[in-house]
Amino acid sequence: MIDPRRTSSAQWANLWLGLDVGSDISLANAMGREIIAAGLANEKFIRHATSNFETYKAHVEKYTLERAERETGVPAEAIRRTAHAFARAPRAQLCWTLGITEHHNAVDNVVALINLSILTGHVGRYGSGVNPLRGQNNVQGGGDMGAIPDRLPGFQHVENDELRAKFEKAYGTKIHPERGWHLSGMFDAMERGDLKTLYVLGENPADSEADRHRALKLLRSLDFLLVQDIFYTKTAELADVVLPAAAGAFESEGTVTSSERRVQRVRRTVPPPAGVRDDLDVIFELARRLGHDWGTPNPEALWDELRPLSPMHGGMSYRRLEEMGGIQWPCYDESHPGEMFLHGRFWAEPLIGPRAPFMIVEFEPPVDKLDSDFPIRLTTGRRLDDYNTGVQTGKYASPLRLREALGLSPEDGRQYNLAEGEKVRVTSRRGTLVAPVHFDSALRPGLAFLSVHDHEQIATNDLTIDAVDPKSGTSEFKATAIRIEKVRIETVSR
Amino acid sequence: MSKPSTDMNQIEINQPEMKSVVNAPQPTIPLPRGPVPQAPTRESRSIEIKIDGHSVSVPEGSTILDAGRQLGIETPTLCFLESLTPVNVCRVCVVELEGSRTLVPACSRKVEANMSIKTDSERVRLSRKLVLEFLASSVDLSTAPKMQEYMERYGAQPDRFGETRATVAQPVKVDNDLYVRDYSKCVLCYKCVEACGVDAQNTFAIAVAGRGFSAHIATEFDVPLPDSACVYCGNCIGVCPTGALMFKSEFDMRQAGTWDESKQMQTDTICPYCGVGCDLTVHAQDGKIVRVTSPLDHSVTHGNLCIKGRFGWQFVQIQPAENGK
Amino acid sequence: MDLHLTNAQATAEERAAVDSLLGAPDSSWHGAQRLGADTRSASNGHAGSQRHRLLPVLHALHNRIGWISPGAINYASLRLDIAPAEVHGVASFYGMFSLTERPAVVAHVCDDIACLTRGADKLCADLEKKLGAAGSPCAGGRATWQRSQCLGLCERAPAALVSAAGVKHQERVLAPASADSVASLINEAVAGRMPAAPDELSIQLSVPQAEKQNGSALRLLQRIGHGDAASLADYQRLGGYEGLRKAIALGAEGTLRELSASKLLGRGGAAFPTAKKWEALFLQRNLLQEDFRRAHYVICNADESEPGTFKDRILMEGDPFAVLEGMTIAGFVTGATKGFIYLRGEYPLAAERVQHAIDIANNNNFLGKNLLSKSFDFNIEIRRGAGAYICGEETALFNSIEGYRGEPRNKPPFPTQAGLFRQPTAVNNVETLVNVPGIIREGGAAYAKLGTENSAGTRLFCLCGHIARPGVYEIAMGSTLRQLIELAGGVAGSGKLQAVLLGGAAGAFMAPKELDTPLTFEGTRSIGATLGSGVVMLFDDSVDLRRILLRIASFFRNETCGQCVPCRVGVTRQEEALQRLIAAKPLGSAAQELNLIREMAQAMRDASICGLGQTAASALESALQRWSLFA
Repeated sequence: MIDPRRTSSAQWANLWLGLDVGSDISLANAMGREIIAAGLANEKFIRHATSNFETYKAHVEKYTLERAERETGVPAEAIRRTAHAFARAPRAQLCWTLGITEHHNAVDNVVALINLSILTGHVGRYGSGVNPLRGQNNVQGGGDMGAIPDRLPGFQHVENDELRAKFEKAYGTKIHPERGWHLSGMFDAMERGDLKTLYVLGENPADSEADRHRALKLLRSLDFLLVQDIFYTKTAELADVVLPAAAGAFESEGTVTSSERRVQRVRRTVPPPAGVRDDLDVIFELARRLGHDWGTPNPEALWDELRPLSPMHGGMSYRRLEEMGGIQWPCYDESHPGEMFLHGRFWAEPLIGPRAPFMIVEFEPPVDKLDSDFPIRLTTGRRLDDYNTGVQTGKYASPLRLREALGLSPEDGRQYNLAEGEKVRVTSRRGTLVAPVHFDSALRPGLAFLSVHDHEQIATNDLTIDAVDPKSGTSEFKATAIRIEKVRIETVSR
Repeated sequence: MSKPSTDMNQIEINQPEMKSVVNAPQPTIPLPRGPVPQAPTRESRSIEIKIDGHSVSVPEGSTILDAGRQLGIETPTLCFLESLTPVNVCRVCVVELEGSRTLVPACSRKVEANMSIKTDSERVRLSRKLVLEFLASSVDLSTAPKMQEYMERYGAQPDRFGETRATVAQPVKVDNDLYVRDYSKCVLCYKCVEACGVDAQNTFAIAVAGRGFSAHIATEFDVPLPDSACVYCGNCIGVCPTGALMFKSEFDMRQAGTWDESKQMQTDTICPYCGVGCDLTVHAQDGKIVRVTSPLDHSVTHGNLCIKGRFGWQFVQIQPAENGK
Repeated sequence: MDLHLTNAQATAEERAAVDSLLGAPDSSWHGAQRLGADTRSASNGHAGSQRHRLLPVLHALHNRIGWISPGAINYASLRLDIAPAEVHGVASFYGMFSLTERPAVVAHVCDDIACLTRGADKLCADLEKKLGAAGSPCAGGRATWQRSQCLGLCERAPAALVSAAGVKHQERVLAPASADSVASLINEAVAGRMPAAPDELSIQLSVPQAEKQNGSALRLLQRIGHGDAASLADYQRLGGYEGLRKAIALGAEGTLRELSASKLLGRGGAAFPTAKKWEALFLQRNLLQEDFRRAHYVICNADESEPGTFKDRILMEGDPFAVLEGMTIAGFVTGATKGFIYLRGEYPLAAERVQHAIDIANNNNFLGKNLLSKSFDFNIEIRRGAGAYICGEETALFNSIEGYRGEPRNKPPFPTQAGLFRQPTAVNNVETLVNVPGIIREGGAAYAKLGTENSAGTRLFCLCGHIARPGVYEIAMGSTLRQLIELAGGVAGSGKLQAVLLGGAAGAFMAPKELDTPLTFEGTRSIGATLGSGVVMLFDDSVDLRRILLRIASFFRNETCGQCVPCRVGVTRQEEALQRLIAAKPLGSAAQELNLIREMAQAMRDASICGLGQTAASALESALQRWSLFA
């Protein structure tokens, strides 16, 4: 378990490494170096299925355990043990969540981990692989359906003429031949004045964007903002038109795709409130008003329209999805059971398809530097019983829910002469807020934590930085430099 | 639905081609198709036994219960659940095994070659009847309909132990807004402890405490749930066979006399929160969600959920008028 | 693991009690002050749990403080990585542990069946007058007294045990006890002037045979009273460790051959051939080399708790090295390198003497590495029980040692396949193990000549109740009950025998006309009884047997672990029915109640998980067969 905080999960781990926020590449490269030096690299796999190994080997040579200890804060011996345990394991997976991806160099972080998996051959076999644990029930499905800037459904590249032509023929319309913007790109486009109209479905960027002041300013500057959501969110408050929507998982028919690529059916369990329409109904109605009558919305018919276009979904009829309790893509035809894991081709003799290249990535610390003015590293995340900006989870009475507070180590509490629950002013280079403190031994001195769940009470994203990874468009939510000050001098007895 | 970008895990590792994440060369789609990868499987041989005079062949490692089911024999069970390690404490499933001094629990006794078993002998019927009488005379089984069926089947008469008999009657524990614990209905089947512990949640908020007739399920020193390690996954409610653990929503409706299962619809959907993809069975009465369970046989979660999946559905019931516009 | 603790804090003394056993905590995650390194890496996580040390930790807390507080539970959780609900579940399982605040000095006064025949009623009544009701504070609030189950001191009934918690935890047995002696011992304990030794073994009171016979005809009791039990030199002078030396010379297979020829059957109650049990482990020895995570264990079951039984206590107090030698031979044969003695919590002198013997054996290479300069290692650790009769059941005993509630496991798998820590384990009773060195020394065939064809050797019996000279007696199997009673001086009390309870609470009653039954496994089986743990408890004609039956029923109600339904509710309903019959307020008719009792008995016997429930009705049923007690 590698996490700056010793979370509940970390307390179960055989080995926990409490690294500095954003030092992942240094750690991964040092592990790679150690695995090679100890003769634990899977040479057979490297020869069979990878390329560029010699360059990688030369590159990580400078990431000694001692250097990694300096850059990550983790003792060299613990890194060595981790490297050996990973390399020697008969099966091993690398799983991660947003601690890897909410950084200015998110893709580089992922690449560093992929390098480790192909270095050891922990890929393409049962129980092995690299695995981003999805934070949302359909973030995988969204991407699968082409809701990323450069892909059509089934990850087919929008800039590939042949593939695009297939869709154009099926849809009977021209598709713009260039990739679009991801979320951060859209905000940059608003800033440049290139984007003036925005249609937001089920998203709450007014609370969830990094450096929220900037996000709010840009949303307000739009010519027209249309928000479609189940509640009147912060973003809806800024909208010119708000369309009330049904709650997808409970009031609509369709599919979602989970973290393990399993496409599953969602069903209408209760009717939506009076006057509220399904997302599909709304989109069909919009189309009709814009002059395109698509007929009556039918989720299964839409799905069947997709299947011949997206080969990896080809075998997934609604009937099979029901019978099999969901199917993991790829599922090419109706005789295909779906696949439990990907990349088995790397083990085929002879190799099927291209080799997996080792890629070169360098450690770069987070953009928001610590200094004497901003000496504390703030990292953000979720709590078990809440979800994102709390639009849905805020409506049930969780006994676990405490008043949101700035998590601090007990040592910092003493250092700043604070009492549990005492209010402090938290300031970053972008914003400031007041929050009570909560002492948490999962945190070490110099590390603070805030969740993102309740922006009414504590607007965490007033503090965060919108330093964006150019490859993925994700902001560096995980690393903010802050300082804390007592709100007023209190004499604490006891 | 609200899907803020905070959690847009936008790096698509789950793409057919990993390296396209970065250098995005002109991708060839679809991927060359190799053999379908499969999980390793284990071979098992089959074992033949006799039940009530009929021969049956089952895979090695099966239990007598499995073998009986294959023959269509309905064996009563209470502490048994497919998704939990058998504890064989209720003893309602006991059967007569030739050569064994005592009866044996069908739910956990593994088949061995040439076993000969009787599932409906006089000894079996007597023990099952007494076990049911013992339970019904000490525990409130009013929300355990299956037990009522068993009692009729075995002619159990729990009232023959008199009025002054010891029972586990006690006040209902209502210490949070999500679920209640009525240990007057607890048969001490250990299922909730297993679900809270190593069989599912690994939280260990509850354990069996005390001994003998006073043995009971408890947090440490019986502190209220909000002071305990409970994470409100509700997996204990999911496995409770008697309604001792109950959704607060169901409890309140029962108190008000409005709970009516004949008017309830059950529909499966997928949890709206994280990416695990848990299957939810939504129980709705008059168009309102009244509780959420999860099917035991679903390969993703085997009946287990977390606090959000099991209890985080209240937002669906909120009418637009209650929330701004 | 991720512990969630309540705010209750352990006191410095509670921490010290735990730390004295476990040493200082290794990191802040286990209760130490936090250092920088703790915030950068940690190892072990769930794998670091030391659950098997839970029971010793609870003992350490209880011995030091006198009760186990919420703060203490939290600290034990933190130190051992066990959830507090589970620690509480385990602590609340054992009768000896109090989870509510209680004075440091507690007198446990036995009111069980053997003591009832010897004035326990009067003792308790006198104490009520002198000190107040049981459970109420006395000695200025610094002490209390309470009624207790059988303390295993039946030959000296009525009995009491006083314990005084503190930095120097002390215990002292009083038997026979009077209200005056209990009260004055309480005062001494409160004043910190308790005698240093917990008890003295009296040959005269406890082993009358040894006094008379000069040990010549005795095997199991041969050394008791003829040397210093604490002296290794005396033990060796009297033939000690010759068996082990010969076993090593014979090798494991040769030793097994002798044991098999001896036809020794286990003395704990189940009468299973000892050689077969050991052979099962011996045959798995090759797997030990293949997998380093595999281990074999030898366990000496010294949790003697059957009411009326005290023979194992006397063996441990009077000849502790013999127990160790028997276990060491078991280790040699089975390939186990670790042995546990699960020793009843209420036996302070036995625990002291056995621990002393272990220390001496360790210092003299009779235990430890390369034993007797041969290439085999064997260590023994004592684990104390904490007041749970059920822990005498072998699988419950495993759970208890492992730090779980002492609830029996379902069998199969049997202990020889998956026992302690799910490893192959041989569990033997104290008396069985003490038989072994002599068998190996003199040869199995010689032993088999003793006793009868199917019940070889000699056997210890615990004579108590209305008998002229109570105590432990050793006789060759096959003698009759009448001969045994004569050996112990005949019936005491009124002199007119009403009934004999054979085998303890889980045994059976016999009528005077059955006294010529031979004391063999097969002889007792033929009349529906059992030798059980060797209890022979006599009742004269002044005793109200119904009262004895009710006390036995209440014993089972107190001691059922509560795991399986037939036993948990069955023993409860059984006691209720008996109470109604005795009060002459049957539901319906007495015949109806007796029928109900019979049905319950059959369900308990047929459907309970373990021997406790299976035998909880046997004494009652045997009495109802012999006498019309509720006509």
